[in-house]
Amino acid sequence: MSYQVPRFRHPELPKNELGYTKADYEGSISTLCAGCGHDSISGSIVRACHELSIEPHKIAKLSGIGCSSKAPTYFLGNSHGFNSVHGRMPSVVTGAALANRDLLYLGVSGDGDTASIGMGQFAHVARRNLNMVYIVMNNGCYGLTKGQDSATADEGSASKKGEPSPFGAIDLCATALQLGATFVARSFSGDKEQLVPLIKAAISHRGFALIDVVSPCVTFNNNPQSTKSYEFVREHAEATGTIDFVPMRTEITTEYKPGYTHEVTMHDGSSIHLYKVDEDLNPFDRRSAINTIEDHRANGTILTGLIYMDEDSRDLHDVMETSQRPLNELTEAELCPGNKMLQNINASLR
Amino acid sequence: MKATDIKNPEYFHKVVDCQHACPAHTPVPEYIRLIAAQRYTEAYMVNWRSNVFPGILGRTCDRPCEPACRRVRVEEEPVAICRLKRVAADNKEDIRDLLPEIPTVKNGKRIALIGAGPASLTVARDLAPLGYIIDIFDNQFAGGGMMRSQIPSFRLPVEVLDEEVNYILERGVNATFDVEVDSLKSILDQDYDAVFVGTGAPRGKGLNLPGLEDASASVHLGIDWLSSVAFEHTHSIGKRVLVLGGGNTAMDCCRTSKRLGGEDVRVVVRSPFEDMKASPWEKEDAMHEGIPIYNNHVPKEFVVEDGKLLGMRFQKVEAQYDEEGNRSLVPTDEDLVFMEADEVLMAIGQENSFPWIERDLGIEFDKWDMPVVNEITFQSTNERVFFGGDAAFGPENVITAVAHGHQAAVSIDLFCKGEDVNKRLAPEVNLTSQKMGVHEWSYDNAIETDKRYVVPLAPLEASLADRKMEVELGFDVATGYKEAERCLNCDVQTVFYEDRCIECDACVDICPTDCITFTHNGDEDELRTRLTAPARELSQDLYVSADLPTQRVMVKDENVCLHCGLCAERCPTTAWDMQKFLYNVAQAGQ
Ligand SMILES: Cc1cc2nc3c(=O)[nH]c(=O)nc-3n(C[C@H](O)[C@H](O)[C@H](O)COP(=O)(O)OP(=O)(O)OC[C@H]3O[C@@H](n4cnc5c(N)ncnc54)[C@H](O)[C@@H]3O)c2cc1C
Ligand SMILES: Cc1ncc(C[n+]2csc(CCOP(=O)(O)OP(=O)(O)O)c2C)c(N)n1
Ligand code: SF4
Ligand code: SF4
Ligand code: SF4
Ligand SMILES: [Mg+2]
Repeated sequence: MSYQVPRFRHPELPKNELGYTKADYEGSISTLCAGCGHDSISGSIVRACHELSIEPHKIAKLSGIGCSSKAPTYFLGNSHGFNSVHGRMPSVVTGAALANRDLLYLGVSGDGDTASIGMGQFAHVARRNLNMVYIVMNNGCYGLTKGQDSATADEGSASKKGEPSPFGAIDLCATALQLGATFVARSFSGDKEQLVPLIKAAISHRGFALIDVVSPCVTFNNNPQSTKSYEFVREHAEATGTIDFVPMRTEITTEYKPGYTHEVTMHDGSSIHLYKVDEDLNPFDRRSAINTIEDHRANGTILTGLIYMDEDSRDLHDVMETSQRPLNELTEAELCPGNKMLQNINASLR
Repeated sequence: MKATDIKNPEYFHKVVDCQHACPAHTPVPEYIRLIAAQRYTEAYMVNWRSNVFPGILGRTCDRPCEPACRRVRVEEEPVAICRLKRVAADNKEDIRDLLPEIPTVKNGKRIALIGAGPASLTVARDLAPLGYIIDIFDNQFAGGGMMRSQIPSFRLPVEVLDEEVNYILERGVNATFDVEVDSLKSILDQDYDAVFVGTGAPRGKGLNLPGLEDASASVHLGIDWLSSVAFEHTHSIGKRVLVLGGGNTAMDCCRTSKRLGGEDVRVVVRSPFEDMKASPWEKEDAMHEGIPIYNNHVPKEFVVEDGKLLGMRFQKVEAQYDEEGNRSLVPTDEDLVFMEADEVLMAIGQENSFPWIERDLGIEFDKWDMPVVNEITFQSTNERVFFGGDAAFGPENVITAVAHGHQAAVSIDLFCKGEDVNKRLAPEVNLTSQKMGVHEWSYDNAIETDKRYVVPLAPLEASLADRKMEVELGFDVATGYKEAERCLNCDVQTVFYEDRCIECDACVDICPTDCITFTHNGDEDELRTRLTAPARELSQDLYVSADLPTQRVMVKDENVCLHCGLCAERCPTTAWDMQKFLYNVAQAGQ
């Protein structure tokens, strides 16, 4: 058993604009089960952050409890991290984001952590449109506690040792849409070509960006009776279309691929191109997005790709008109302007 | 690309860079692991089987394996493969009981070997256990060829040489020394079943410059001078010595001069320093002993006064390169440089010479007066006569002579059995899983980041005072272990079973050096542009699987794989396995 990844890397690893290689965005060696989908999602996060040239110290990764919530240890080893209580990651991110709006907040959670114990927190962070990326590593079970069905297990799906689930599944994408999320996507851990651009787009989005990533639990829920197995997902996934992320700094001419049907300019100046989007889906219309999810559910297929985004999203800071400068940078004099100022305020309220 | 045929032994053989580069294909990582396990005798025998002279080569080998070592591509410095071989030789137990039996009842076939250098000795070693009657003839007083006459004792102690030469000569071989063979016909007339010519490239080249005739008493051919030192005819040299030439012979000449009384010893070479033929470590050793190397100096004339050599004049030049990269040495407009000298050694090359081979024996000679020899069978155009070592294709080195010897022995055995010499024997191969438990391997798969260790040297002053004192002390056991741990076990192969793969990407995600990609198939050139990491090292193969359920293939670039086994550890279905690939070149009689 290896306890360390060898330190040698490919000598020609590409460097990003900061001069960093992918290796600078890696974490320690994974202790998850061999073949766990969560590790591939970690790989996609590493790739996306490297390719976007984000300074590692400008990222905070936060999580709850679960195998999925352990995953942040295995990527972005040079970034900030907080491993919170089960289902409580959204509150901690909210607090952190209010104190320092300059960091990129990456929440990592599981289907148990989000759709069971953390459902209330999830609802409110989506509703408040907190500027964060929220990734659910969704395996339809409580992996860490040995594979009990979670609330995202499909009706009739059975885990390795379990009975078919008697309950219907919570669809986190549909739920998030109803709750007011401004960026909603679904993907599959085994499809990096789709997942990496989605993560990049979610990072560029200003507001609450949910990516529900189906991520097979090889140990407890990768059996033929499960609808969250590698094989089932591969056979039943249907992409809304493909997505290309074009960073702001890239000269438009070099990156343009012809044939896109939608172009969206993101808040930070980068843009995304959508290709061959499902004819029935208008990804800028919440109702169309919800309907399309329901249509696929009725057909027994899993809708993946970008499902919805609000181009005019206003995040919590915009709505609350908070200080442009992060709270943690304000001095005592600015935060406590003194008795005279207090008198003025009081007077204005009389 | 077509799916890789891993049943073809040449595929995995090529992955073991050092073994592949070794002319005798010594199973390097196998013996390095044995050294790490302190099983020195076994490590020695793995070497002995392949390269015949582990103790000698562990001190003197030209080491083509080292520039090929994977560690160069991953880190910087290769594993000290050569000096690890010496650790095995230095620490082994008595191996005589492990040597092959020599049958007392012979097979009736008589073979003559001319010259007793490494090439002939290898033929003898391979054929004697098969019952051949072996007669060796050499004009020196003992066996070893240039290993005895040329390689100085401060690099190769006589005891080490004698030990390994005697393992062969003392075991069922009839050797006649101090005999010059002056007619091949006379040998052929003795009705030998086959004759092997291993007489080396014994003639030193000289420079016929103005003044040579008058200076001749003080000017020597490098290799002749070295052998007269080795054979105790020469014991001293003048205080000021100029050594002309930039190859390994020049390095041995200058270092020997330093030990025989030379005070101002200089190497003077026509070419730029970087282009010199000597191995980098030989140049380093010479400079470490206080010998300056003057490059870009073309010798012009000997300066003699009253029959006494005063020195030499040189033209300074500059290397210029044309578009094709061809070099020309263009004289600068500086004056000729004069250097004082009491003696001059000319070490500018050696060549073959076969005055003793009659030209009517059916042995064809080419326009350079070299025998026409088949590069695989080593047979000449006279089917009874085989060539090998420096005699076959010009001067090379000991390990090449050994490799030739093995192949010539295979041919001679086939020939004597009346079989087709072109039917080469298949290598002996073995592929075994190293899996011991869920995540346990029977090899040490952790990757050490230690830099290459330096071999300690004897104190400079003491070694310059005694030409027989060995300069290198060799690694001690502890350092040998650490150096051995640098080896990446390139023979422990990553074997992929596509029918087990569920395409979960776990191997792709864990691989530290980004070797693995799952993608749709394509032509090699195009495929190389789509892999997880750049795959520009075209000499390194791509391992491609058959189609997977998603219609993609697994592509592994072998280039910088660390053989760390993490892909196999992270694979949930054992689609990857780590398997040790042992490859031994077949030897005569196998
Ligand atoms: C100065 C010097 C240093 C070297 N250092 C190294 C080194 O460090 N490492 C390395 O790998 N290689 C080295 N080499 C090269 C290496 O020694 C040779 O490549 C190697 O010995 C060739 O082996 P061989 O069996 O072909 O012939 P040789 O070793 O040349 O043996 C041929 C033998 O045949 C004898 N012989 C020749 N003609 C006749 C005849 N007509 N009758 C009877 N006997 C005859 C010769 O005297 C000799 O004993 C060095 C060479 C020189 C000159
Ligand atoms: C407050 C609290 N309740 C229950 C648990 C036990 N527990 C640990 S992990 C887990 C479920 C995790 O499931 P999920 O979020 O889907 O993560 P996975 O392991 O599947 O990736 C539970 C119930 C806990 N740690 N804390
Ligand atoms: S139990 Fe399941 S979710 Fe947890 S690490 Fe193992 S495979 Fe992954
Ligand atoms: S790392 Fe070891 S096995 Fe690989 S090429 Fe170097 S010496 Fe040979
Ligand atoms: S052994 Fe496997 S994981 Fe290790 S470097 Fe080679 S391919 Fe990568
Ligand atoms: Mg789960």
